Amino acid sequence: MFRNLAQLVRYRALIQSLVARELKARYRGSVLGFFWSFVNPLLLLLVYSFVFAYVLKNTAKGIQPYALFLFCGLLPWTWFSSSLLESSNVLISGGNLIKKVLFPAEVLPIVTVLANMVHFFLGLPILGLFLIGYHAPLTLGEIAWFPVVIFVQLLLTLGLALIVSALTVHFRDIRDILGNLVTFWFFATPIIYPYTLIDAKYRWVQNLNPFTHLAISYQEILFFPGPFGHWKWLLALGGASVVLFLFGYFLFDRLRDSFAEEV
Amino acid sequence: MNAIEVDRVTKVYRRYTRRRQFATLKSALLTGTIVRDLRPDETLAAVRDVSFRVPAGCTFGVIGRNGSGKSTMLKLVAGITKPTEGQVRVDGRVSALIELGAGFHPEISGRENVFINGIMLGLTKREITRRFDEIVDFADLRDFIDAPVKTYSSGMYMRLGFAVAIHVDPDILLIDEVLAVGDEAFTHKCLDKFAEFRRRGKTILLVTHALGLVERFCDEALWLDSGQARGAGDPRRVVAQYITDVAKSEEQQLAAHDARARQAASIETPVPAAAVPAARAVSDDQAPRNMFQATEGRWGSREVEITDVTLVGEDGQPGHIFQSGERLEVRLKVRAAEPTRDFVFGIGLFTAEAVLIHGTNTGLEEYQPDELAGEGEVRFLIDRLDLVEGTYKLDVAVHKADGYPYDYHRLLYSFRVKSHTKDVGIYRPAHRWSFSPSIRFKPAQAPTPGLGTGR
Repeated sequence: MFRNLAQLVRYRALIQSLVARELKARYRGSVLGFFWSFVNPLLLLLVYSFVFAYVLKNTAKGIQPYALFLFCGLLPWTWFSSSLLESSNVLISGGNLIKKVLFPAEVLPIVTVLANMVHFFLGLPILGLFLIGYHAPLTLGEIAWFPVVIFVQLLLTLGLALIVSALTVHFRDIRDILGNLVTFWFFATPIIYPYTLIDAKYRWVQNLNPFTHLAISYQEILFFPGPFGHWKWLLALGGASVVLFLFGYFLFDRLRDSFAEEV
Repeated sequence: MNAIEVDRVTKVYRRYTRRRQFATLKSALLTGTIVRDLRPDETLAAVRDVSFRVPAGCTFGVIGRNGSGKSTMLKLVAGITKPTEGQVRVDGRVSALIELGAGFHPEISGRENVFINGIMLGLTKREITRRFDEIVDFADLRDFIDAPVKTYSSGMYMRLGFAVAIHVDPDILLIDEVLAVGDEAFTHKCLDKFAEFRRRGKTILLVTHALGLVERFCDEALWLDSGQARGAGDPRRVVAQYITDVAKSEEQQLAAHDARARQAASIETPVPAAAVPAARAVSDDQAPRNMFQATEGRWGSREVEITDVTLVGEDGQPGHIFQSGERLEVRLKVRAAEPTRDFVFGIGLFTAEAVLIHGTNTGLEEYQPDELAGEGEVRFLIDRLDLVEGTYKLDVAVHKADGYPYDYHRLLYSFRVKSHTKDVGIYRPAHRWSFSPSIRFKPAQAPTPGLGTGR
């Protein structure tokens, strides 16, 4: 397993060019092209702002301006959820590669996660504009944590993507379950509402949700004033993510030989 | 030194018929049968205990019927699947031409696809840049290289895939029946490229149905049949063994087909002819209104019955496969329930598409019937079967002079004609060529069967 893991470094050129291809191919033929990477998160934000600022009036204190609060959690969530949803299908749609070419299959879910990460990065300038526009209380000490949060999320997403993609080959049902699961997960995570909204009695349940800590970290760094107080949780999650990633890779590696037959 | 060593390799595929057909995860969970359903119901050994060695620099051909495990063998050597038992050792860089352009993305340009495909196959960016022009020229796609691959014709797509794969510069090249992709010119280019590979001492493993190619190009051959090695060694000998075996099984198939057709036509055993009132016109199937409209079947009153039909070739043995130009006898066993003075024997010869080639009967040829009583045999002798290669069908019949059918067998018998010459059409008139002295040909060569349209 670790030998295979080390091989991944050798595939970086392949991963790089596949990510580039993924991005190029996605908007090929559309009028706005790459602009969609900016427009998409904006439109998404518009929809959620409309619903939660006008239809279901959200008057909770401390999370105004609401659009900015929402955006801080929504943008990374989009990266996370689309990575998972896409990777559930990636081995099956890439079946030709696995069956007909000697191809390191783990590259496919990794490329999916990385391509979505690039989309996330492309959405950051929009977020930046919002932050400046709303005079968000940013400090350098907090911003320094930002890459750490991203890295933890990357590890977590990679681990889950490897697990999901490998298992879906054997249980196609996962594709259908996952869509609903991700929706539920979204509402269970403090993205559209603040963490403090949940009754303290149930905090522990919420703390089990890994994305809770990512969302809180993003919100504390970008939205809430004051020093970044959630770092202990974040580092714990980072440790857990390393374990999860290794487990995901282990599972993927174990199932690898069956892909060419089952895809 | 061996480039490829395959040592007692078995590959078993699992089949999950039950789960795939009926169960979902949910129902499996509900009924608690998930563990049982995950166990394979059936296993299928695609390759069974096969061993062979390919020395470095050798061109090695693998032949066999569809489903004989050739492609699985190739995937095992390529490392795409792992053997269930046994070992595969490969020494050197491998490029597998199993499916061309497998990694192409339709939305992006040929140029970008060449780079990505090349990286997938193990080249570095710099290597591809260096070989890029060569690849594009080989694929003959200079004008289209910047167009998205989805706009390519399937031939262009394959050509580009082939060009990239072959420029990976492998030590071992695995080829699965990919020469059929291009037009004539491209096929020649590929063959030249293979020849160059051979000259440079590279190892080639070739899976193909083009037996002529195996005979001409390969140093050694392996014949796989239902996953097992049936023959190995000198390609000419192995190919000959294989051809003999194919002919034998074709013979069996035709025999089985005949037996089925006969059975289907006589599921209702005819009432003994004596009990049939004279007024009863037709039994079994209805005779088609238009006699030239061919449908398989059997009808007639059976007052006279054709009990058996055999085809006998030059060797005097009953069979279903005959050489063009040889003798053919059609033997009919007939039995008359009551002696009769009104009978005509007929024969009809059809192509596989049921086009009548020749139809005749004893009435047309002015044999005057006198008496038919009890059992007897009728022989229809063709001295020279001057038909081109193909499958043919046969009508046999016995009826009254006015057409009232006793027993009519329509298209129930098939046979195959084989020929060394791949001429076309239906009928081959006995012929020869003659040339004036100013027109000269090279001395005759043994024909190479199997490749293209032959001579």
